[in-house]
Formats: sequence, C-alpha cells, structure tokens
Amino acid sequence: MNNIGLYIHIPFCASKCPYCDFYSFRSDEATREKYAEAVIRELHSAAGKYGRTADTLYLGGGTPSLLGGNILADIIEAAKRDFRIDSGAEITVECNPHSLENGIFEKLKAAGVSRISLGLQSANDSERKRLGRRADRSEIESVIKSIKSAGIDNISLDVMLGIPDGNIDSLKSTLDFCISQDVSHISGYILKIEEGTPFEKLQGTLSLPDDDAVSDMYLFMCEYLDSHGYKQYEISNFAKRGSESRHNLKYWNCEEYLGIGAAAHSFIDGKRFYYPRSAEGFINGITPEADGEGGDLGEYAMLRLRLTDGLDEGELKKKIGISIPDNMRKKAEKYAADGYLVSDGQGIRLTRKGFLVSNTIISELIY
Amino acid sequence: MSDKKENIRNFSIIAHIDHGKSTLADRLLELTDSVAIRDMEEQLLDNMELERERGITIKAHAVKLDYKANDGKTYELNLIDTPGHVDFNYEVSRSLAACEGAVLIVDASQGIEAQTLANTYLALDHNLEIVPVINKIDLPAADPERVAQEVEDVIGIPCLEAPRVSAKTGENVGAVLEEIVKLVPPPENHDDKPLRALIFDSIYDSYRGVIVYVRVMDGSIKPGDTMRMMATGAEFNVVETGYMRATSLEPCKCLSSGEVGYITASIKTVSDARVGDTVTTAENPASEPLPGYRKVNPMVFCGIYPADGADYENLRDALEKLQLNDAALSYEPETSGALGFGFRCGFLGLLHLEIIQERLEREYNLDLVTTIPSVIYKIHLTDKSVVEIDNPCNYPDPATVDFAEEPVVESHIYSPPEYVGAIMDLCQDRRGNYEGMTYLDADRVDLKYTLPLNEIIYDFFDVLKSRTRGYASFDYEMKGYQKATLVKLDVLLNGDMIDALSFIIHSEKAYPRARRIAERLKENIPRQMFEIPIQIAIGGKVIARETVKAMRKDVLAKCYGGDITRKKKLLEKQKEGKKRMRQFGTVEVPQEAFMAVLKLDD
Repeated sequence: MNNIGLYIHIPFCASKCPYCDFYSFRSDEATREKYAEAVIRELHSAAGKYGRTADTLYLGGGTPSLLGGNILADIIEAAKRDFRIDSGAEITVECNPHSLENGIFEKLKAAGVSRISLGLQSANDSERKRLGRRADRSEIESVIKSIKSAGIDNISLDVMLGIPDGNIDSLKSTLDFCISQDVSHISGYILKIEEGTPFEKLQGTLSLPDDDAVSDMYLFMCEYLDSHGYKQYEISNFAKRGSESRHNLKYWNCEEYLGIGAAAHSFIDGKRFYYPRSAEGFINGITPEADGEGGDLGEYAMLRLRLTDGLDEGELKKKIGISIPDNMRKKAEKYAADGYLVSDGQGIRLTRKGFLVSNTIISELIY
Repeated sequence: MSDKKENIRNFSIIAHIDHGKSTLADRLLELTDSVAIRDMEEQLLDNMELERERGITIKAHAVKLDYKANDGKTYELNLIDTPGHVDFNYEVSRSLAACEGAVLIVDASQGIEAQTLANTYLALDHNLEIVPVINKIDLPAADPERVAQEVEDVIGIPCLEAPRVSAKTGENVGAVLEEIVKLVPPPENHDDKPLRALIFDSIYDSYRGVIVYVRVMDGSIKPGDTMRMMATGAEFNVVETGYMRATSLEPCKCLSSGEVGYITASIKTVSDARVGDTVTTAENPASEPLPGYRKVNPMVFCGIYPADGADYENLRDALEKLQLNDAALSYEPETSGALGFGFRCGFLGLLHLEIIQERLEREYNLDLVTTIPSVIYKIHLTDKSVVEIDNPCNYPDPATVDFAEEPVVESHIYSPPEYVGAIMDLCQDRRGNYEGMTYLDADRVDLKYTLPLNEIIYDFFDVLKSRTRGYASFDYEMKGYQKATLVKLDVLLNGDMIDALSFIIHSEKAYPRARRIAERLKENIPRQMFEIPIQIAIGGKVIARETVKAMRKDVLAKCYGGDITRKKKLLEKQKEGKKRMRQFGTVEVPQEAFMAVLKLDD
C-alpha cells in the first residue's frame, strides 16, 4: 500500500479576509479546544478504519496557528502515532503572520514540523490592508526570522496576483521581498472573486486589473521567479530544487489522501468523501459524506496537466495502465500549434501561456 | 322573411391600448352573472399567459352574455373582444365582421389616441353602429366633457350622451349594457336561407380537433349536418354546436342566423377551417360565400432557428400549431450556412414577431436563434425584371441592380404639442417624410409622416414612447413602395461570412449601423483562444471593424485536495456551455450575440 497524505483542516480565523471563501470563521477558545479533541478522535478512528501509513501531514485552514503551539503539537503527535508518520515526513502548518504566540515555532519544531506556509499575499502594506491582512511588512520579516531561528528552513510564502490597483511593479516588489527572505517555496495565486465574499459585492468599486494585465503579471512572475532560482512545478507553485510541496504533489498526482476536519475532503481506496462544512457537526461526530468515485483518466489528466511535468506517458502507464488516447492527442495538437502546450513522446505538457487558459484546454482535452 | 332577431346583439369593444377594454369586459361579465365571483380573475378574456403579463389582448375572444335589460326583456349579447395594437389590426377586422356594433372606449383623461381612430375607422368600414363610452372617470385628471366634445369633433359621432363610467370601480357600467341594447341593431333573421357562417376564429383542441368560432349570417346549423368549407370544399360531419361562455363551452341544439357560437366536427387540421372562410352545408349549400376579410400580408420577416438542431421537427410542429390560431403567421423552411435548418417566418410587425417568439419559447419550450427582421424589398434588375427579397441572403449581385424600392407606411402620431419637436427629430432620423400636422384640440396634435417600414420595425415605437414620456401614440398603414438606395451589409467573423447576420439597409444608415453592430458583436462574443476580427462589409468593402482579442486567462489558480469533484464539475459545465454556442467556422458565437444585433436600441 502506498503512503497517504494526511490533511487536517482548522476552520478558525482571527478575522475573515474579504476575498476568502474557505470554510473558516471566528471562534472562542472553548470551541477551538473541543474541535482539537474531535480532530484527535477522528484521526484515531480513521486510522483504525483504513490502517494506512502517511508520509505527509498538512495542517491548513483557516489559520491553524490560532490554536497555539501546545494544541497543535497534541494534534501532530496524535497524527504521527495513528498514521505511523516517521521523522522523514513533510509536516506543514499554515500560519498567519499576525499575533503569533511567542515560542510557537520552537514548539512546532519539537513536534516534528518541517515546513511553514505563511499567507503573505503582498509585501506592500497598502495592498495588505485592502486584502484584510493585519500584519505589516516588518512584522512578517521578524516572523520569518523566528521560524528560521527555531530551525525550520522550509518556508513557503503565498503571493496574490491581480490585487485591486495592483500592477507589475507592486508584484515585483512583493516577489523581491520573498527572494530577499530567501524562502524555499512560493505560491503565486491569481485572485479570483468568489461568490458570497465581500469582494464579490464590492466588485464594481474595486479597480481590478483586467485579464490582460493579470496575464502579463502571471507571465512576469513565472519568469522572474525562474531567474531567481524558483522553478515552476505547478500552475501556481514555485520552489527551489527539492523544496516542492510533497503533500500538495499528492493531489496533483492523483494519489491518496485523508482529510480530517470540517469541510475536509478525502480520496482513498478509489472513493472521494468529505466532512460537511460544519465545525459543530464535526465536533459532534458527524460522519463524512460520499462524493463518488475518483481517479479515472479524466480526473488524473485534469490534475496532472496542472504540473509542468504534465500528463506523462510513463506515469500514466504506471497509474492507469494505458497510453494517452488518440482523441486526446488529436485535440492537443490543435493547441500545440498555437504554443499552448507541447505534445511529444514523453506526454502532454502545458506551457505558461497554456496554463493561463488551462480551464479551456483541459476541459476540451478530457471531455 | 326579413324580420330581425330582436333579442340578439353582437358587438365588439374597440379602444386604444390601455384605455380599459379588458377591464370593462370583466365588468360586463360580472354584471351579467356570466362568471361566478369565485372564478373571477382580472382580464378574464385574456387567457393567454402572455396577454395577462403584457396587459394586452393578442387574440380575439368571444363570449355570450345573458342580460336582463331595463325593458324587462332578456337579451343575448355576444361580445367579441379585439386586440388593440396596430400589429393586430387584422384580428380587429375579423371580429368586427361578425358584429353589428362596436363599443368605443375612450379614456376620460387621455382622449382620442391613434388606435382609437384607427379602430373606429375600421368599425365604420364594416358599417357598425358605434357606442361611445367614456371610461376612467375615477381618475383625478379625468375630463369627460372635454373628451366627449373631442369625440364629436374628431370622429363626428354623437357622444355628449355617452355613458361616463369607471370600469375599474364598476361605476355606471350598467349603462353600457343598456346603450348596447338601445343602439346596436339586432341582426337580420335569415333563418330560411342556406347556411352561411363566417369563421372569425378557430382554436385547436387536442380532444375535439379544431373548434371553429362562427357568426351565423344566414340559415342554421346543427349536429349531424354536413358542413362544407366554401374556400376549400372540405366537408365534415358536425359533432357539436354551442355557445362560448366566459369559462366554458355550452352545447346547444342549433345555431341560427344572427347567432355567434362554435362548431366542432373532428376537424384535424386548422388549414381546413381557415379564418375568414364561409361555412355552409352540403345538404343545402349557399351559392356565394360571404365577403372574406382583407387578406393579411406579413410585413416583417425573419429567420427562426432552433438553438439545438435536433429541435427542428419540434419547431415545425410548434409553428404549425401556432399558425392554426394565427392566420397572419407565415413560415417556410430555409437553410442557413451559419444556423442550419430553420424557417423564414412572416409577421405583421415586430410585436407580433416577439409574441410568436415568446410563445414558441414558453409554450413549446424551444431555444431559438432569431435573425435580424427584414421587410420585403423590390429590386429592379438591369434586365428589367423585378425580384422581391425578404431575406438578405437572396440580395442580388449589386452589379445587376438597376434600382431598389422599399415599403413605406403612412403613419399618424398623436401627441401633446410639447413633444412635437422630439417626434420630428425622431421621424427625421428615421428618414420620414413630413406630410402635415393637425391640431385635434389645444392639447393634442396629429402628426402625419410617411416612413420607411424598415425604419419602424426595430424599435420605433419604444423610442417614440420614451421620447414622449409615453404620451404619444402611433398607428400606421401600408402605403406602397418608394425608391431607395439600399445596400446589403455582411458580417464576417474571422474572415467567414455569417449569412444569418446579413441585412439590407439604406445606404445613409449603413456606416453608423455597421459600427454599432461591430461594437455589439464585440461585446457579446466571448474571447476565444485566438483573435477574432469582426468585419462589416458592403460587397467586398469593409466599412467597420472590431477585434475580439484572444482569451488570455481562464484558469483555476488554486486546486488542492479540497474539492476535486467541484473543479471537475466546473470544467464539465464550461464544456457544456460551449456546446450551447453556435460554431461559425472556427468561431463560437453565443445566442446573445444574435439578440444583441437584433436589439440595437440604446
């Protein structure tokens, strides 16, 4: 049996950012404690049910750091025990640089955390304010310093493209900040206005850069990071050699993972299922809901085509036991001619220009 | 024998739109106990969903009312409802031919409007007795005395004694029924003659077949008779005769001269019971049919195509059914390189077109693509022959064209004087020819213009209404043809001509229209994987150009384990959405783009 990835969702935030549609909300301490207990309980029962070993653990949210070092350490210890996670595993915790407890990173390091993902979004204070991010640039600098001094070297920063009033210059200054901090990993996301968020309501009043400007920013980011040693390996992800997120790669390789926590999704033994979006329900022991089968060729191709390695003939053979079907190849050739992808003996790989319109291309290729 | 059927009155109600025709009809139904109170709903006769929604009457409707008059006698009143809009004049004409009188409703605050006059003249053409009624006396702005005087002055019928009523509150509505009994002549008794019954409407019922609505002029008809359609010669065995009641059909033993009622005879196709035809019997046939109606000719044409080619048969069935009840609708199959198989349809006007389109979509659940409406142009060729074109695709090679003619209408616009300037600007802009202006009274003028039909079929009425704050009214009739410099505009997407978007236009208008069409298309064609040039051309010469830039961004930036299923569905939906677009060469065009070109008003 392959090792699985373990994901734990912590749906709490100190405040809700206006662009975010993830399942998260403000909470009191008692709720957080009860939630952590429920996570430990569910970890234990899932371990019994599936009897699997994990080699990556990812605590995401929301803002896991809100739980504090001790509770996080308890959860991580429980996960390590139940899923036989060894010391070589990648263990990531997402943190918000604002109002972090003193000494939290030492505690996390002691619990075995090897990687911290920080929601930077922008290094420009005026942009950060518009995005509802509370810490300022100097606070972030000192947080990164304390992560490193706790002995955690693998740091990832989230960067956002297409921020209201944003342009290539403001993006460049954010990227320069990341580079100057010498982090090992950068995720660069294009802002998407999600339904039901404050940004959706404000959409008309936000001066959002248009599609062309955002596309230019994206291409700039890819090249700029590349020239500074951050190699793109997924549509929105860049890493120094060897620092790619092993946990996230499991998603894109269509490998198995187990999600614990409200709104957390799982894919294991060919089945997809998820816990409903309710922390209260989760605390009270609500069972996951089935979400059908997963892992067919369409799904595999959809995920793999997000990677710079693309849909690889060798990997496909190993995974599903077939070659890229003729009709998919045929459709791909149309795009290859216009430089949206490369289709050769090795497989099908989208170019950066292709990544930008990957919805169109992927939906065309797989349906 | 030439006595009269003293207890029968056959009448229509005519009015300008919104003057309260349907409301008055409702009150008359109530007063004659034709409808149980619990069944009463507003605009009872307008039973088509679309009619109630738009507050207009589209189809003629008929109903028999029993009225006990002040003289103690009970009268059989046959009310034949009529539409008000100019597009439906032919329906009015059909109804009027079945009557001896017409109730003319005039709004006590607005006075005479364009359709008041148009419909009154139609009624006078049919030698009907006019029963004027001043309605809406409950309105604060009501001035019944002034309006009554206006009717006397402008129309020349006595009106000072006319009932002043409020159909809304019901005030004095009883007086209308008394006036009908008093003024509308009873029909002649021609029971001894061979049957002649005028078909003024027909509806298709899936159980009984076609139900034919008739006004019996001569003779009588009863179940068991063999009815014969005089135009087609088709014969049917009469199954049932009866009267139209407000909410049901009431069978009767026999329909005789002077009466209005229905006949069923297991008639399967509506074309066998054409509106305007005369019914007689095979046993005792009449020698001459009744004079038919003025033949209605469609004036506006457009292509109607199913959005999904698989719906072609369904569209044909739907058109066939609609035509059963709507003689003015014409259709014939046509093929478009861009849109596939569809129909070239003819309409009385743009409202008629819109209504048919809405009915097809709602009642028959069809997704449609409609092309730009056209009128019939007469193209004189250099070889002295003339071709009539209602489809721009058939426009001949300009080199072979000597000259072209376009249809024009004579129009009357009634309006308060303060809007004359705005109206003149509009008519000027629409290439109108000023024919004169008459003051009906101090508050109202009648502006006469000759206007090219193709200038009024798109949006003229809407623009007129908005420029006059809804005060102006408009009516027109065909006048004939006049010479015009016409050009055909072609639309090219990515170099391919889209035949369904071609249209014919006056050369003066070509440039601005071409620019707006190019802009509209640009707004409505989504960015695709390559740049799409939009060109509008006359012959080979491009006169307007826009570009839809290539799509650059369509990406899910974040995709992790959370919701693979949702992301997959999103892509699936995207793919489905593309299927709903029309593929023109390499370009995908959504239906909205066609609509946007159609509705250029802004």
